[in-house]
Amino acid sequence: MKYEVVIGLEIHLELLTRSKLFCGCSTAFGLGPNTNCCPVCLGLPGSLPVFNRKAIELAVTAALALKSEVQINSRFDRKNYFYPDLPKAYQVSQYDQPLARGGCLEIELDKSRRKVSLERIHLEEEAGKLVHAGESIIGANYSLVDYNRAGIPLLEIVTAPNLYSGHEARLFLEELHSVLLYCSVSDCKMEEGSLRCDANISLRPAGSPTLGTRTEVKNMNSFRSVEMALEFEAKRQESILTAGGSIIQETFHWDEEKKHTFPLRSKEESSDYRYFPEPDLLPLVLESSYVEKLAERLPMLPQEHRLKLLDQYQLKVKEAVLLTRNRELGDFFETAAVSYSDYRNLINWVQGDLLYQLRESGRDLKKIDPRLFAELLIMVDDGKISRPVAKELLAEMVQTGADPGEMVENRHLGLISSRESLMPVIEQVILGNPDAVDNYRQGKKKALAFLVGKVMAVTGGRADPAELNRLLKEKLK
Amino acid sequence: MMPVNFHKEVDYVARLARLTLEPAEKERMAGQLSDILQTACRIQELDTTGIEPTSHVLDLPVALRDDVNRPSLSLDRVLQNAPRQEKNYIRVPRITGSGHNDQ
Repeated sequence: MKYEVVIGLEIHLELLTRSKLFCGCSTAFGLGPNTNCCPVCLGLPGSLPVFNRKAIELAVTAALALKSEVQINSRFDRKNYFYPDLPKAYQVSQYDQPLARGGCLEIELDKSRRKVSLERIHLEEEAGKLVHAGESIIGANYSLVDYNRAGIPLLEIVTAPNLYSGHEARLFLEELHSVLLYCSVSDCKMEEGSLRCDANISLRPAGSPTLGTRTEVKNMNSFRSVEMALEFEAKRQESILTAGGSIIQETFHWDEEKKHTFPLRSKEESSDYRYFPEPDLLPLVLESSYVEKLAERLPMLPQEHRLKLLDQYQLKVKEAVLLTRNRELGDFFETAAVSYSDYRNLINWVQGDLLYQLRESGRDLKKIDPRLFAELLIMVDDGKISRPVAKELLAEMVQTGADPGEMVENRHLGLISSRESLMPVIEQVILGNPDAVDNYRQGKKKALAFLVGKVMAVTGGRADPAELNRLLKEKLK
Repeated sequence: MMPVNFHKEVDYVARLARLTLEPAEKERMAGQLSDILQTACRIQELDTTGIEPTSHVLDLPVALRDDVNRPSLSLDRVLQNAPRQEKNYIRVPRITGSGHNDQ
């Protein structure tokens, strides 16, 4: 039987505020354990929460960017459970009256686009962080708790079961990541846990309208691991169903090392969180003028930006996606494009040599100036330097931010195209490589490329390729 | 309301709250729970037609504060009530089955 995979995601992101949701403690990452805590976020008796205005603004902004319907009236509830990362033994969250309902996000598939529906978006408080002493969560014999994270404003975004492969789940997350970065509501660092994703996944016979039994997959810490974990889990479920077995509703952890999912524990009973309205907080009532004002202030979002890139620079969809996924790279391209109008050549250099050099050097775009990058390309176009020299200069620009014009001048890197300069080198190469010369004269075209390479090596890549080819052929006649 | 035996409910709530109750305590709680629910049933008899549901007794706008940092507690104050500590963390027993992560 052919099965269809159905996936729903639950995404948590820490909002980019200075202080926590209900108190003035810092939200800074990576400080000493338990140094950003106060009676409110530790849940000490007698303390009372007071909303952070900025957290609400960021939450509403995110909801608007995701076309979710912001609710004028929403309410906060206590979600009761015992876990050591939760100092109060309840989490202030939203239950039946969330901040926003519905919404959607379009993803770019290979040849089409698809709208992925959202169920809801709500605001809640982050839990503390557990450090497990021992090999893993399974082998731990005790845990250490850091409450610095407890109380950081957390936005939960829940999709409909509306994604049909691990790859789609990854595309959705990447697009969501871009949108959230564009509207500056979160720094979205999966590696620091400020963006996290859990998934529900089930299989059903293709075409069936009802959902199969689902499992939940956790601990996916990168876009890549979301895709891999869900592809793995889909295969695991398929092999069970194909063998006539049935799926047990369980929670699985993704093991990044071993590339498999393993059950954390089976579900003995469905959880009962005994939600009830948080008596310490009044219902949240938003003015519709406030929501409208935030809607007007929404910045350009990735999709709109892509359309602009496609239109203004005649880029391909894949290239536009690259420039919006990597915002710094997009800004770099657009700044360079102000002074360099061969956009096709520009994007080819950006996605080719520039990205290569960044990867090789482990650098980001902080050093290299896009205007100098444009100058570099202009020098190549004007025949002042050769492409190999330009590539070497680019490697240096990425590392030090050096000015290519100055480097060319100071180091005499200009293109060698005069007959007087090239001929002696050509003659020397011909004398030194008699076999290649014979081969060429016997009609082997490849031998010419070999000889060109030799001249390039001697001149440090500075020989003008067109002129060199012409002179070499002339000399070999 | 019909008299109902609430022992099952008491057991359930006690388990959720991680409480171990003696048989006599269970007996007392079951009686109290019955009384509480009977009172709730009486309230439900009120005619609330045309009245907006509320979740809070105060009809006030929620208080908001600006996003500014205020001093946190010193580390020794934070750890003051922790039964065990290690390297400035609070040390807790090994995590077993229940909790947030099994939802």
